[in-house]
Amino acid sequence: MLEIPGNRGLVAFSSVLALIAGCGGGEASSGAASGDQPAAGAVVEHPVDAATAGSVSGTVTFAGDVPAPAAIDMADEPSCQEETGGNAVRENVVVGSGGELANVFVYVKEGLDSSLEFPAGDPVVLDQRGCTYRPHIVGLSMGQLLTVRNSDDVLHNINATPTENRGFNRSQPQVGMEFQTSFPTPEVMIPVRCDVHGWMDAYVGVTPHPYHAVSDADGMFAMDRLPPGDYVLEAWHELYGTATQSVTVEQGGMTSVTFEFNETMAGRPVPMGPVLVVDHATGTMLRTTPRL
Amino acid sequence: MMGNRALVLAAFLLLPLPLAAQETGNEDPAGKVVYDRWCAGCHGTDGRGEGPGALTMLPRPRDFTRALYQVRTTGSGELPTDDDIMHVINVGMPGTAMPGWEDLLSSQERESLVTYLKSMSRFFNSTPPPAQLEFSNAPRVSDARIAEGAEIYEQVECSKCHGRAGRADGTSAPTQKDGSDLPIYPANLTQNWRFNGGGTVEDIYRILRTGLDGTPMASFSDLIDAGVITDDQFWSLAHYVRSLSPEEPPRIREVITAADVGEGELPTSPTDERWETVDKFYIPLVGQIVVKPRWFNPRVQNLWVQALHDSADVAMLVSWSDPSRSPDEEWAPFAQRIVETMGPKDKGSTWAPGAPDQLVVQFPLTLPTGMERPYFLQGDARRPAYMWSWRSDHDRAVEMVARGLGTGQEQPASSQQVSAEATWADGEWRVLFRRSLATPDSTADLQLPRATVVPVAFQAWDGNNGEAGNQAAVSTWYFLALEESVPITVFITPLAAFLLTAVLGLVVVTRAQRREEEMPGRN
Repeated sequence: MLEIPGNRGLVAFSSVLALIAGCGGGEASSGAASGDQPAAGAVVEHPVDAATAGSVSGTVTFAGDVPAPAAIDMADEPSCQEETGGNAVRENVVVGSGGELANVFVYVKEGLDSSLEFPAGDPVVLDQRGCTYRPHIVGLSMGQLLTVRNSDDVLHNINATPTENRGFNRSQPQVGMEFQTSFPTPEVMIPVRCDVHGWMDAYVGVTPHPYHAVSDADGMFAMDRLPPGDYVLEAWHELYGTATQSVTVEQGGMTSVTFEFNETMAGRPVPMGPVLVVDHATGTMLRTTPRL
Repeated sequence: MMGNRALVLAAFLLLPLPLAAQETGNEDPAGKVVYDRWCAGCHGTDGRGEGPGALTMLPRPRDFTRALYQVRTTGSGELPTDDDIMHVINVGMPGTAMPGWEDLLSSQERESLVTYLKSMSRFFNSTPPPAQLEFSNAPRVSDARIAEGAEIYEQVECSKCHGRAGRADGTSAPTQKDGSDLPIYPANLTQNWRFNGGGTVEDIYRILRTGLDGTPMASFSDLIDAGVITDDQFWSLAHYVRSLSPEEPPRIREVITAADVGEGELPTSPTDERWETVDKFYIPLVGQIVVKPRWFNPRVQNLWVQALHDSADVAMLVSWSDPSRSPDEEWAPFAQRIVETMGPKDKGSTWAPGAPDQLVVQFPLTLPTGMERPYFLQGDARRPAYMWSWRSDHDRAVEMVARGLGTGQEQPASSQQVSAEATWADGEWRVLFRRSLATPDSTADLQLPRATVVPVAFQAWDGNNGEAGNQAAVSTWYFLALEESVPITVFITPLAAFLLTAVLGLVVVTRAQRREEEMPGRN
């Protein structure tokens, strides 16, 4: 868990100064690996007044020919084959009949006052069931606990390969095993894979705040309790890259937004790694936090 | 607000200077000198593992900027200790291109290198020194412990990648990739002298506990907390894995002897039990890096050769680890990835899906009278090579004559004299060649004389590893010696003489003693 001494959510210039001073080191890279880090923000009250806050909701759509989902051959794992009914498919493109695109990670990229300090939130579960990561896309706030669980009675290894955080590669050869971990540095996205089952992959998005969501089977996503203001939202998809939208959140208002991905976006580089944010409060662009 | 902005601006203006100072703060100038001279060729001057030599290597050299170290005494994802880094510098990484430097660099040079390597990753700046895991001491090995380890091996599904017999032929092996998404092989557990991270039981225990970061090998330490297996059982598993390899790394012997079975029959099957008692000769192979396109990533790292003869025929059993039986659809994408990974160095791969496994046993076409043997890569125009060539897709061997690598011509069907029988099981090929010592076409085939040594060399291809054409694993020349059987009288005559002498001696002594006893009045 990385922590700047004194205060986690510092105003922009002090973050920068902290970076310069090189005192980013809090208590350790063990945050990612040991999993016993308490969420630093656990005692923090939500800083946004619910009465004056607004919300953003929207849909993600896909235009063009929908690629057929690739079938997964689980013949070597009979229990997983049974769990998934023998017709498991890759979840890298999940499009509904009306063009709704699921598994898109949407988050507030710019515009949030970076001095705000948020509670870390409840632990989020990444389950392994039927030799499938559930969910496929995970949203986390930095410091928020991730519970990694094996609900299969087969060997899985959980191999997380971030660039901004320390990764880990841990084995769970038995049903019911679980560990908790967290990521101290924002990163969109952190790939997670199982090397035993080449088809198993997931992505974890870590943001410095709780304003992130994953589009569901109807392509819908929502973020609540946003302070009124102008924001840039980014939507990230593992094959189609990113799209951004500017939105304005009114006091008590509900802003609606639509992201559209299309087949021509396939194959272009998918950005991975550090989150760069413009802080509208100070008008500067900076990394959300100093890197580890 | 304005004050804030000014401060921010000031901070940004100042940024480059202190940042640069910070990044170079830990740099050890002495370490940089050592690094640039000895390490940068592979790891690159910037430490990203992209030095000029990197493209010939798989696994690629380590990228120090990511601070992902395989060999550690710390938990998964943790930084290594200074001692961990020093250990790898000292002993190298067996099975890879990384040599040990303990005898090549002074301790001062190596220490400065540790400091310099750490300065290449920001993670070392910002993270406190990692805590070492607590490792217990190795208990003594016993049959019971090895048996328990074998059960755990199956229980925690090591075989998924490493295979039932440990030859890296598990069902998950074809999809393995490292931290840079490059193809990677699970360790062949029957060859501990090539283990990345060391092959002692302590090394194996440590690797099980920490994993090998940047590879698919995960840490299994969580199993202790979860009560799946105990720390002591980790040792049983480690002892079992250790037991899959020979006690000592195999020695290289230049002369492969083929014993004479005399009146006995030669084994006709590669799995005949009699092979278990026949002396095995270890033949290491290397990539063919003389003729383009060269091959820097040979899958067949070594062979075992056994031979017998009965004065009429010679039987030669060649066995080697190969995780798959090429061609195999499951492995085709892996082969494709290997070709793409190794391709940029030497273009011109002739590999195509469906490529078989192959083995060539190579002799000179005619016995050299002096020291001069044919060129080790299938001879040349002046000194051709005579070869037994086996392919997994044809499942038969043919006699060929070659005048240079890849120029082999099959002898006409009417003069084919060699036969082969092959089996593949649990990641191992066993190919049994058989030929009569003397053949009718004595000018086209090498005649195999007894009482003299015959040069022999080997080449092997793994089709599922992207190997075809010139891209193969090759050996240097060895010798095959057909032992002359010794008539049994040679052993019996001296034995009989020895026995006779002993018996006579005994008689004389006994008589003398008896006579003494019969003369009581003598004292």
